[in-house]
Parts: sequence; structure tokens; C-alpha cells
Amino acid sequence: MTQQNITLISFGYLGKHFLEEIAQAVTREYTYPVIVKESHLDLNEFFDASRRQYNGNKLLTAVNAISNETALKTIGLFSVDLFIPILTYIFGQAFLNGQTGIASLYRLSNERYGIEPDDKLLLERFTKEVIHELGHTFGLIHCTTPVCVMRSSTYVEDIDQKDRGLCNNCRAHPGLIHGV
Amino acid sequence: MARKISILIVDDEESVRDSLNNWFVEDGYQVEVAENARKALQLIESSQYDIILADIKMPGMDGLEMLRRIKALKQDAIVIVMTAFASVNTAVMALKDGAYDYVTKPFDPDDLSHLIRNASKQIELSQENETLKNKVSSLDNVEDLIGNSEAMKKVLKQVESVAQSNSSVIITGESGTGKELIARAIHANSSRKYYPLVSVHCGALTESLLESELFGHEKGAFTGAMYNRKGRFEMADSGTIFLDEIATISSKMQIELLRVLETKTFVRVGGNKETSSDFRVICATNRDLKSMVEQGIFREDLYYRLNVVNISIPPLRERVEDIPLLVDYFIKKYCTTMNKPHITIDDAAMQRLGEYPFPGNIRELENMIERAIVIGNGKKITLKDLPFGKDMIDNSIESLDDFEKSFIRQILNKYSWNITRTAKALKVDRVTLYNKIKKYDLKPDE
Repeated sequence: MTQQNITLISFGYLGKHFLEEIAQAVTREYTYPVIVKESHLDLNEFFDASRRQYNGNKLLTAVNAISNETALKTIGLFSVDLFIPILTYIFGQAFLNGQTGIASLYRLSNERYGIEPDDKLLLERFTKEVIHELGHTFGLIHCTTPVCVMRSSTYVEDIDQKDRGLCNNCRAHPGLIHGV
Repeated sequence: MARKISILIVDDEESVRDSLNNWFVEDGYQVEVAENARKALQLIESSQYDIILADIKMPGMDGLEMLRRIKALKQDAIVIVMTAFASVNTAVMALKDGAYDYVTKPFDPDDLSHLIRNASKQIELSQENETLKNKVSSLDNVEDLIGNSEAMKKVLKQVESVAQSNSSVIITGESGTGKELIARAIHANSSRKYYPLVSVHCGALTESLLESELFGHEKGAFTGAMYNRKGRFEMADSGTIFLDEIATISSKMQIELLRVLETKTFVRVGGNKETSSDFRVICATNRDLKSMVEQGIFREDLYYRLNVVNISIPPLRERVEDIPLLVDYFIKKYCTTMNKPHITIDDAAMQRLGEYPFPGNIRELENMIERAIVIGNGKKITLKDLPFGKDMIDNSIESLDDFEKSFIRQILNKYSWNITRTAKALKVDRVTLYNKIKKYDLKPDE
């Protein structure tokens, strides 16, 4: 029998080392084996010319459609600017209590804000974002603990304030069934 | 535990509804959606929402019209309107019509979070304000419980021991003994003290009014039901409900009350949705409920449901040693209220108060002291300031005949039994007066 795993699918080149680091952090947090894959979607279909951004709702649905049945949870990783119709941008989103989420590093890099590039910081932010969206798939809602990774972040500075991991309260959530 | 803030999203675009729904659910809010104003108004009429987030531009009834209708239905509803950048002027109109705020679509995620957080804070503050108001009024009233007599000490001990439990309490005692004060004292010393104490005077309401008062009603449930209205049971959620004059409720209300006490759920008059409320019940009566049960006037099952603890308040005549304390307390109370210097009472007046049976109990004593302060010389209450003279209402009067007898005797005494002058004062002829004297067996030496 195939063991349940968390699958991270990279859409576009994100760097092998980069993905491995994220996979290790996810395994540490959720204790499931993590499989890293690369895949392809024609992103033009998701591009909204009037907003010059990519529709997060449609991308989430598309990733959900191609996610492997053996995967307990799947997160699609992107490097494009995501939006949903009502919000100007999003860092990522997921089906609450569902199987799938998406995250993008587009708005997580220092360069986006006119600051010196910092790859280590970018990796740290993206890792937190992936762990955060996975938390939603396990049924976790936003947490008020300042350092909990499930705290809502609307700016990159908010992401920097929190840790990579779940707080004790979130960790005790009944929906969070840890792996081996 | 803090209650979840509920949000109603009203927008004709499905993608907007879905996006906002997901966003707020992830933030831990309780969310419902409506695709148009009509559906939203139906939901608002049947359920309680803390925040309503509505698009201004919708086919059919637009957001502005909906806002006006919501405000007519629930004055304190928090409505946030969503608008496209081009229609900011319309959003300003919405603010003038009572909207809490507006956001321009698409929103910055942080703006939306801030807006909802601020609105939630306002809701929490107004709830806290309401709670504090109730707390202050409860504790104020506990100070009115005065007494050093053994009988009163026993009552206060019972209050202390029963307050921490969740049991139903029946407070019995004659009219004017302070049953409501005891109920307030129980509530103020219980773990429910930061939540409302809701009082209902059952005897003052007809059956249908009492039903609507206790369970609330839906708009249109009966003539004059213009709005949805919360019932007293709903208002007492997490707190205490005090049902005064419980013995006066009809058999039908007894059955309904029993059901509510057993299930802690009820349906508003004209509604079809069950509402639950966590309340503690305290009842009061000046009648003997046990004998009413024996006579079949009061349901036995309801009696046992209510009568888990019985606190019996003694009448004032059985604790005369408390009268000086009470007099002193009421003098201080009314001198402060009337902004007068603190006055005293002379020994003769105090002695007379001690001898009087006080059929109206503490309420009667309080009224006497208030009256004495108003009409007195502002220095000392004397016997002449107390209504024990000719102008005192005789508490033994129970019928019109008693009243007539007492009144005629008063006028006869006034005119020293001069029949002609008394008949003239009473505007009757002498024969009628003689007949009345005979009928009531009145004599000059009485």
C-alpha cells in the first residue's frame, strides 16, 4: 500500500535546492513524507489582462484537478502574481479542510519592494507560506498567536514576524492527523 | 468563551461571494452568503448577523435600498458597503444612510482585515458596555438589602449559598418584602453576574403579551408586530431571568414555560426556528404555590422544576429590629437623591414605626420615609411627618363599602358629628347620611 504523502508541485523552475529545503521543513512540521514534483500548466489561461495578474481561484481548481489521489495534500508552487476577484493580491490560498492549496513567491522577494535581494529570507517566507496553506487544508483557521505560522499575514513583514511552526493550540487541532 | 462573529456577505457575483466566504472562514468567522438583497433581507429577519458586507450595485434592489431596509429593521446593524472605485459618491451616500464604512473593490487584503477587525471590536465593546451596565445596576440594588435580624441573616446566608449554583429558585414573601432585590443579589453573586439579569412581571401582562415578551416575535406575527423582536429568554442568554408573580400565569403558559425550562429552547411567536438560550431562572410570588398545586391551579411538574430552592422572606412585622437600620438607610438614600442635608428621626416617630404592622412591608416604610423628607422641616422627622394621622390611608380597607364607611367617619369627625355640615360636605341629603350612619353602625365615640 502506498503511504500517504504531501505533494509539492512546482509550476515553473524554482530550483532543486530551494524545493528540497521547503520539503524538509514541511516534513518536520507535519511529519508526513513529502514528494516534490514539477509540472506544467499553460498559465496564459489563468492570466487576467485587465489586472495583469493570475486568477488564484482558477489555479487552485486546476491544481486540485491534477493532484494525485495518493497524495493526502497537494500544494501548487508558483512564481506569478496571484489575485482573487475581490482582493488586490494573495500570497496563496487553499481549500479549508480540503486536499489542495497554492502559494506563490512573487510578492515575497525583497526586490519587489525595492530592497536588496535576500534568497535566504525569500526561502524562509515561502516555506512559511507553504506550511500556512497546508494548515488550512488540515482544517486550521487563522490563529491569533503572534508567532504561529497560521497567523494571518497580509504583508511580507507579517510573515517575517512569525515562526515556521504551529503553536501548541494549532498543533492540538483534531483535524491535524500527523503522519509517521 | 467569546462568541464567533457572524458575517453576511451580499453580492450578486458568485466569485466574490466565494472568495470572501473562504477568506472569512479562514479567519474564524461564521459566514453566510446571499446572492441578492431580497434573500439577504429574509436571512436578516430570521437570523442575527453581527456584520453585513453588501455590494452596492446589484440587480433588483440595490445595496443602498437594502441598507435603508436593514436599518429600519435593526437600527444597530453594522453594514459595510462594497463599491467599485467609480461609485465612491454612492458609498458616501451609504455612510449618510447609516453604513458603518465602505470598501472599494478589489480590496487590499489588509484593508479588509482591518475593517472587519474594527467592526468586531465595536461589537465586543458594545456587548461589554451592556454587560457592565447590567453589572452596575445589579450591584447597586444589592446594597438595598438591609437587615441585622436573625430572620434576615438566614435569608442572606441562603442567597450566598444558592448564588453559585445554577439551580432554579423560588422567592416567596408578602408584597413589598423585596423579592426582586433578593433575585438581584443571587444574580450579582453568581458566575452569571457579567451577563444580563432580565426581569419579567408576569402579572402585568396578558397571556398573549407575556408569550411575545418571553419568547420574542417575528415581524408580522400579529397586528403591531412591525419588527422582529428578541424575547426575554433570548436576552437572558448566559444570564438570569427573573419571573415575578409567577402564580399569575395561565395554564397554557405553564405548559410552555415547563417545556422551555426542560429544553432551554423556544420558538419566537410567528416563527419556525428553534432558538436556544442558556439562562438561570428565579421566580417570585406572594402566593402559596404548594396549595395552588393541591387545588390543581398550578402544574405540579412546573412547581417542582421551579422550586429547587425556596427562599422565604419574612414580613417586616416579623423583624421589627431591622426597622431602625432601614429607616436610617432610606433617610440617607433620599436625602442624597433630593440633595438635602442628612436629617434624623425623633424617638416618638421611631417608636410609632416599630409598633406599626406594615402590611405593605419595606416598600411602605420606604414610601413613608420619602414622604416625611419631602414634607418635613428638613431637620428631624417627627410623628406629624408620618402618615399615621387622619390623612393616612387605612390598610384594612378591602372593599368599596369599607372605603365609604371610613370616609364618612372621617368627615363626621372633621365636623364634630354635625349632621347638616357633614351632609353638605359630602353633597348628600341628611336622610341619606342618617341611612349610611345606620348601615355602617357609626358612632361618635369610634
